[in-house]
Amino acid sequence: MRGIIDRTGGIFLFLVLAAAVLVPASNLLLPPSNPLHVPDYMIPLIGKYLCYALLAVAVDLVWGYCGVLSLGHGAFFALGGYAMGMYLMRQIGPRGVYGNPVLPDFMVFLNYKELPWFWHGFDWFPFAALMVLVVPGVLAFVFGWFAFRSRVTGVYLSIITQAMTFALMLAFFRNDMGFGGNNGLTDFKDILGFSVQASETRLALFVASALALAAGYLICRALVTSKYGKVLVAVRDAESRTRFLGYRVENYKLLAWTLSAMLAGVAGALYVPQVGIINPSEFAPSQSIEMVIWVAVGGRGTLVGAALGALIVNAGKTWFTGVLPEAWLFALGALFVVVTLFLPKGVLGLGSQISERLKKPAAPAAAPAE
Amino acid sequence: MRRPIPLSRSCLTFRHWRRRRRGAGDGWAQGGIAASRLAGAAARASFVSFRVCMKKAVAAGRALALAGLLLLGLAALAPTLAPAQAQTAPDLAPTELAPTVAKFANDSYAQTAEALAELSTTGSPQAAAIVSALADGRLLYDPATKAVYIRLADGSLQDAATGAKASGAPADLSAVRANNRVRRAIEAAAGALSLLDADPAKRRDAAAAVFKSRDAAALPTLDAALAQEKVADVKAALAEARAAILIGKADAPEAEQMAAVKLIAARGDQEALGLLRTVPASAPPAVKAAAAEGIAAIERDLKFWEVAQNVWYGLSLGSVLLLAAIGLAITFGVMGVINMAHGEMVMLGAYTTFLVQEVIRTSAPWLFDWSLAIALPLAFMFTGLVGILIERTVIRFLYGRPLETLLATWGVSLILQQAVRSLFGPTNQEVGAPSWMSGAFQVGQMSITYNRLWIIVFSLLVFFALLMVLKRTSLGLYVRAVTQNRRMAAAMGIRTGRIDALTFGLGSGIAGIAGVALSQIDNVSPNLGQGYIIDSFMVVVFGGVGNLWGTLVGAFTLGVANKLLEPFAGAVLGKILLLVAIILFIQKRPRGLFALKGRAVES
Repeated sequence: MRGIIDRTGGIFLFLVLAAAVLVPASNLLLPPSNPLHVPDYMIPLIGKYLCYALLAVAVDLVWGYCGVLSLGHGAFFALGGYAMGMYLMRQIGPRGVYGNPVLPDFMVFLNYKELPWFWHGFDWFPFAALMVLVVPGVLAFVFGWFAFRSRVTGVYLSIITQAMTFALMLAFFRNDMGFGGNNGLTDFKDILGFSVQASETRLALFVASALALAAGYLICRALVTSKYGKVLVAVRDAESRTRFLGYRVENYKLLAWTLSAMLAGVAGALYVPQVGIINPSEFAPSQSIEMVIWVAVGGRGTLVGAALGALIVNAGKTWFTGVLPEAWLFALGALFVVVTLFLPKGVLGLGSQISERLKKPAAPAAAPAE
Repeated sequence: MRRPIPLSRSCLTFRHWRRRRRGAGDGWAQGGIAASRLAGAAARASFVSFRVCMKKAVAAGRALALAGLLLLGLAALAPTLAPAQAQTAPDLAPTELAPTVAKFANDSYAQTAEALAELSTTGSPQAAAIVSALADGRLLYDPATKAVYIRLADGSLQDAATGAKASGAPADLSAVRANNRVRRAIEAAAGALSLLDADPAKRRDAAAAVFKSRDAAALPTLDAALAQEKVADVKAALAEARAAILIGKADAPEAEQMAAVKLIAARGDQEALGLLRTVPASAPPAVKAAAAEGIAAIERDLKFWEVAQNVWYGLSLGSVLLLAAIGLAITFGVMGVINMAHGEMVMLGAYTTFLVQEVIRTSAPWLFDWSLAIALPLAFMFTGLVGILIERTVIRFLYGRPLETLLATWGVSLILQQAVRSLFGPTNQEVGAPSWMSGAFQVGQMSITYNRLWIIVFSLLVFFALLMVLKRTSLGLYVRAVTQNRRMAAAMGIRTGRIDALTFGLGSGIAGIAGVALSQIDNVSPNLGQGYIIDSFMVVVFGGVGNLWGTLVGAFTLGVANKLLEPFAGAVLGKILLLVAIILFIQKRPRGLFALKGRAVES
């Protein structure tokens, strides 16, 4: 345990777990007049950020430690979300607008006569929860199996992951796919028998998100600090050399890749009940690219930084779109440029970057790379 | 570049095709309920074509009325012309029209319709004048004397049967009334009468209208028109119209029906197919066999043309992909920069076109046909400068780190998009097409629009120009030297930083001129570039990074494959299949279709 949790990680875990306890406590116990009271609307909002943070940790596992820049993690996130969404749709039962006890509203609307085969079983939570892990995991495994075995690397891999999420987006936009088409899945009522709208449920989901983030962090951290993690870093830095040393590079990559997809799926599954909707726009390539910038902002290859970056960027987005909606894209665009140019180690590496600069004040500015 | 394209036949056919389609759609919608009451699909089809015919006939009738009015007005105003007027229609004996015209005075819809049917077979100009007068409510009759008059534009009256000026007519005339049935008869008569019009174009239109309506009542007029027709293609149109009527006419002689089937089968298009399917079951077996043979031949033919049309659409899509991807082939393929802002360069090029057209519209409208030619160099320079600016401020710090360039240029693309959105608003801007790019012509059974044709030509021109620049100019030499071995190039005295900036500017400038072309076929909005970026990357990666020929082959392969998949799989599923195919293809050939070989690749 000692090797797994370093100082930064310890602080991070402490903060996440503290939030999991203190935020509900302040919401429930403190009166609304108290300045430390967390208002109701903040709970799902912060819960959403925590899901994004878990997603960012998943992206960082493959990008920061394995050197695979995925522009398709939005696909795994959305697939996990759809699996959860399907469970929530089945829970609506006869309370839908059309009152059909089996078919969700959009199926009645689209003249479905019976439930498509892939919707069976999703009314049972354990099955849905399993699917949250299995569907993104299998997709990632198959995709990675082919891609890593054929030694598709670097830019090519990024672009075909983008093609994958783009193809899925087009597919999910189709009405006859059986996933609600353009509108996606929404109007959820219950989760495990509790109303999705109730503030207690929201608090529970918030705590679950925090715990998932902590658990996800610990799993990734355990992985990257193990012997396996060392090889992974070796693959990132010199893939051919690692291969020549006798390691089966593709297997190492495949494990990290599949695990990362499953974590993204869990993040998506926790995200959907808190936001109340899942639709194909989650598959949009631009979403996946935005996830990468969260990691870059926080600091690539640190896991904690990824989570931090997701929180910073999304809090910034919420603030900007509320105050200066016009300026948000300017700010995000500038963030992309500034971070890649001036903060190669992200916010988390800012301290070490400054201290290095101070130690060697006379050092010339970094020469343009080859 | 400018080509004078008069109101040629090709343009006409295209417009007619469009109007026909639109017309058919209208008829379908409005007549839907009524049509469903009619029995069978055949009835439905004839109903639609009937309405279409009506529309055309109204137009023809109006033109005819105008011509007639002019003629008659002249006759009335200048008495000296009157003898000449009489001479042009010597066979127009008043006695011939008189009994027919008298029926209008009976104030019975049935009689009016009957009279119209009789008039339509006479082919005399006076009959046309009567029909148009009735259509406008200017056909009057005296209930007492049963005399029928036409009121002219100047208010004076004319004897309907003779065309002579009527004097001393009573004041209490009533108009011949029309109901829907009469109105239909008016339109049919006007259509039939225009078969004998003096203007060949009008005769051709009228023949086409009869071809569609297949109104057996027009047969006598048609025969008369056919007998005196001199213009070859009008004669052919008339013969086809006659054959169209004969096919559906059960009591026509077998030999004539046979000839009609052959004639229609020779036409070989969708309409001929529809016609041949209407051969009545009671027709002689030989005729039915000939029709079946004709149907089979046409279907074979149409299938071929359908594939040809899809290949054409595919080439057109391929040229669009090529245009969008060429610039990327430079910035990504040659320089290794994953330029996510490439689509925004295309968008800036399109907005440059928009601005040029705005200036031309307000200050020099006569230059409009040249607007694209003016926009091309401006777009090239503007986007090229933006590209150089981006290279100097952002990208030059990131060479050798392709994934970082991806993020930084994505940021740049967001900024550019939002900047354009703030300046011009999020809505689509209107970019017009110069006259030489509008219209279409027909090759066999497929229609080719000029704008798509020009874009294919243009994309190839740009491609080969770029190839020449890279292969034959000193700049191209430097570019290749720097990208292959930067240090060696620097040691040889090449200013690598300058070459980097110029190369990036070149790639961006080409994206800009692609934007000029794409503004003609796509919506010019801040999101224009987003739609192309993924496709362009697919093209470059599929073709092989660093290989311009690969980009050419990749673009056209993907374009044609996409359009050939569409009929089977649908547009969206076709696209998905193509993306999956590319993903699988990359597994097989991780470096694309035409992979670079050698040591430089591994870096």
